[in-house]
Amino acid sequence: MSKVDNSRRNFIGAGAVATAGLVIAPGVTLFDMANAKPAGEAASSAKRWGMLIDSSKCTPGCNDCVTACGKENGVASTGHPQTDPQWIRKIELKELKSGRSHSLPMMCQHCAEPPCVDVCPTGASFKRADGIVLVDRHICIGCRYCMMACPYKARSFVHEEHHDQNPDVPRGKGCVEACTLCVHRVDNDQQPACVEACAAGNKDAMLFGDLNDPNSEISKRIATYATTQVRADLALNTGVRYQGI
Amino acid sequence: MSDSPNKSFTGKAAGFGQLLSRGWAVLLAATFLAVALPAAAYDEGGAKAGHAKHIDAKGDKCVRDEAYMRRNHMDLLKHQRDDTMRKGIRTTQYSLKNCIGCHANEKTNSVIGSTDGKDNFCQGCHNKMAVKLDCFECHSSKPKAASGDAMHPIVAPAAQPGDKDKQSGLSGKMRWQMQAKLDSVNKGEVVK
Amino acid sequence: MNIDSFRKIEQSVFYALVAVIGLIAMIGMGASYYMEEHGHVVTGMNNQIVWGMPHVFAVFLIVAASGVLNVASIGSVFGKTIYKARAPLSGLLAIAMLAGGLTVLMLDLGRPDRLIVAMTHYNFKSVFALNVILYTGFFSIVAIYLWTMMDRKMNGFSKYAGFGAFIWRLALTTATGSIFGLLVARQAYASALLAPMFIIMSFSFGLAVFITVQSVMYRWNGLVLDEAVRRRMKNLLGIFVSAVLYFTIVYHLTNLYYAKQVAFERFILLDGGIYTTLFWVGQILLGTLAPLAMLFYPDAAKKCNMVFFAALLVIIGGMCQIYVLIIGGQAFPLSIFPGMTESSSFFDGQIHSYSPSLPEFLLGLGGVAIAGLITTIAVRVLHFMPEDDFRHIERRVITD
Repeated sequence: MSKVDNSRRNFIGAGAVATAGLVIAPGVTLFDMANAKPAGEAASSAKRWGMLIDSSKCTPGCNDCVTACGKENGVASTGHPQTDPQWIRKIELKELKSGRSHSLPMMCQHCAEPPCVDVCPTGASFKRADGIVLVDRHICIGCRYCMMACPYKARSFVHEEHHDQNPDVPRGKGCVEACTLCVHRVDNDQQPACVEACAAGNKDAMLFGDLNDPNSEISKRIATYATTQVRADLALNTGVRYQGI
Repeated sequence: MSDSPNKSFTGKAAGFGQLLSRGWAVLLAATFLAVALPAAAYDEGGAKAGHAKHIDAKGDKCVRDEAYMRRNHMDLLKHQRDDTMRKGIRTTQYSLKNCIGCHANEKTNSVIGSTDGKDNFCQGCHNKMAVKLDCFECHSSKPKAASGDAMHPIVAPAAQPGDKDKQSGLSGKMRWQMQAKLDSVNKGEVVK
Repeated sequence: MNIDSFRKIEQSVFYALVAVIGLIAMIGMGASYYMEEHGHVVTGMNNQIVWGMPHVFAVFLIVAASGVLNVASIGSVFGKTIYKARAPLSGLLAIAMLAGGLTVLMLDLGRPDRLIVAMTHYNFKSVFALNVILYTGFFSIVAIYLWTMMDRKMNGFSKYAGFGAFIWRLALTTATGSIFGLLVARQAYASALLAPMFIIMSFSFGLAVFITVQSVMYRWNGLVLDEAVRRRMKNLLGIFVSAVLYFTIVYHLTNLYYAKQVAFERFILLDGGIYTTLFWVGQILLGTLAPLAMLFYPDAAKKCNMVFFAALLVIIGGMCQIYVLIIGGQAFPLSIFPGMTESSSFFDGQIHSYSPSLPEFLLGLGGVAIAGLITTIAVRVLHFMPEDDFRHIERRVITD
C-alpha cells in the first residue's frame, strides 16, 4: 500500500474546522467539536455518540427541535396524525402525586443493547460501530416487529408514499424509520439538527458529543451531575440521557 | 399389452400418448428457443440497437467506462450502499447522490419520471430493459440543491448557521474527482 | 340414488365450493394489492397499533395449524388407534392452515416484494427469523409425514416422521408465543408464560378446527361419526379448553399481583371497552364456559350437533382471545415514565384507538379461504377421509 499523502486532507480539515468554529461561535461553549472523520473512513467504536438533554431548560410550548428535525429530514405532516412518522416529539410530563410538570424531547435513545436490533428478522435494524442505531431500508421488509419491541415508541412506519425526499435522508413507503442522530450530518462533523436548533433558540437544553471521550463536554457533565436514562430498569445502556426528570 | 412404443398406453391411448410426448418435445424446444435466442442476441456493452437512447450527462466522463457501467452499475451501487449504510463510508465516487448529480436531466432535473423514457436517464434504460427500479421509492431522484425547494416543512424556521455542507463551494464534478483521486492513491491504483 | 348421479352431484358441489372459496381468496389478494399500492394508510393500522386484523387472523391460523397436527401426533407418537385413521386429514389441515396464515402475514408486510430478502438475510437473534425457518421446515416435515402415512411402503417410518413433526411443532409454537413473550417493553407481553400458553392454545384451537372440518366432511358424505370416537374427541377438547382457561387465570392473577401491572389489567378486565367485552363475553363466556358446558353435558357424545357447535364456539373464542392479546396489548400505552402522566403529539399516555378497515378483514378472510381451497382440492384428489377400522379397534377394548 502506498503511503497516504495527508497534506491535502489536513488542509481541508483545517479549513473545515476554521469555518465550523466561526459559524458555531455563539454556542461554542456548549458543543463538542466532533473530530473530523474523513469521508472514506468507516465509523469506529472508538467513538460513541450520545446526547444529554436537560429537561429543566426545556420550555413546555417550545417545539424547535421537532421543527428542525422535520425540516432536515423531510418528515412532514400529511394531515394523518395517527400514521404520520414522528422521529422526535415533545412529551409533557406531570408527576401524579406532586403535580410537578415538565417537558422533554423523546427520540430514539440509541441504546447499546437495542431491543429493536435483537428482534429484526432480516438484520435491517442495526447498531453502527459508533453507537448510532439505524434502519437499513434496503433490507427492511416492513414487518414492524421493531416498533413492537421499542420501549420508547421511537420508531415509525411510513404509511404513505413520499416524494421529494432530502437526498441526504432517503426514506420511503413500507419501511420503518426513526431518529438517525442526523447521521448524515454527524459524519460531516456537524451536530444533529435538533441540537443546533435548540442552541440557536438559546434554550441550550440539548448537548451532543462523544461519550467515549472523557474530555468531551458531555462526558464531563455526566461525570459531574446526576443524569438518568429513561427506563433504566431495562438496562439498555442508552446513548441519550436526561437531567431533571 | 400391445408392444407400442409407449408401453404404458394401449390402443387409442397409444396414439394420444405419442402425441403427448411429441407435444412435450415441441413445448420444450419452443421454451428453450424463446429464452436462448434473446440471450444470444444480447450484446456485450449494448453497442447495437436495442438499448435506450444515449442521454448526455454533465461532466466529461463517468466513474467507469460505459460498457462496464451498463453491466455492473448495480453491483457498484449495492456495494456502496452497504459501505455507506453500515460503515458510514461516504466517498462520493460511487455514491448514488453523485450519480444523480451528473445524470439528472437538465429540463426535468430528475433521473426518473418521464412517460416515454426518453428524457430521464435511469428510467429510460430501465423501462427499455423492463427492470423495476426500487431505488427511488426512498432515494430522491433529484440532485441536492433543487430538492430543498420542494419540501414542505411544518413551520419554516430561521436559517440555521452551520447548515451547509462545508465542501459545497466545490462543484460536484470537482468534488468527486478529488475524492476519486484520493481513494485511488490510497489504494495504490494508477489513476487513468 | 345410484352411484353415477351421486358422483355428478358431488362433482358440481366440488366445483361450486372451489369457485366460492377461490373467489374469497382472490378478493383477499386484491385487498393486499390495494394495501401495498397505497401504503398502509388505507388500513386501520397506525404507528400506535402496528399489528392489526391481518395479524389476528394469521396468528390464529398458524397456532391452529400447529395444533391440528396434534390429532396425528396422538396417533403416531402416543399410539392411540382411533387417531391414526385421522392423521392424514390432520396433516393436510396443518399444511393448509399454515399456508393460509403465512400468506396473510407476508402480504401484510410493508414491503412484500422483499420476500426474497427475508429468505436470504437472517438475524438469528430474532425469533421472527427462527420462525421463518421453522415455518418453512414445517411444510417439508409434514409433507414427509403425510407421505409415510399414505404410501404403504413407507408406513413403517410414520412413527419416526410423526415424532419429528411433533418436536418441530412444539418448537414452532413455542417460537410463535415467544414473538410476544420476548418483547420486554410491553406490559401485555414480556412473559415466559406466553410460550406454553400458545402451545396449549394451539392444542385447543387445532382440535376444535379438526372436529369442525371432520363433522362437515362426514355430514356431506352422509356418514355418521361413531359415538365412541366422538366421545373421546369431545372429552379431549374439553380438557384443552380447561387448560387454556387455567393459563388465562394464571396470567391475569399474576399480573394483578404486580403493582406496576395493575393499570394494564384494569384496562383489559374492566374499562377497556371493546377489549373488555371481547375478553369476558368472547373469550370466557363463548369461548370457554359455553363450550365446556356443551362438551361435558351428560350424553353429549350422542348429540353430534352439540359437539360441532361447541367446537365452533371454541374457534370464535380463540379469535377473540388473540384479538385481545395482540391488539389490546398494543392499545394500552407504553409506560415510559412510570409514576407520571404523559401527553404528546405522538399519542403517548393515551389509550390507542384502532378501527379495523375492510381491506384488513378481506386479507384475513383471504388467508382462511386459501386454507379452505387447499383442503377442498386435496380432499377430493387424495384419500383423506378418516375411515375407522372398528373390528381392529374393538379387539383392543376401549375403556371409556
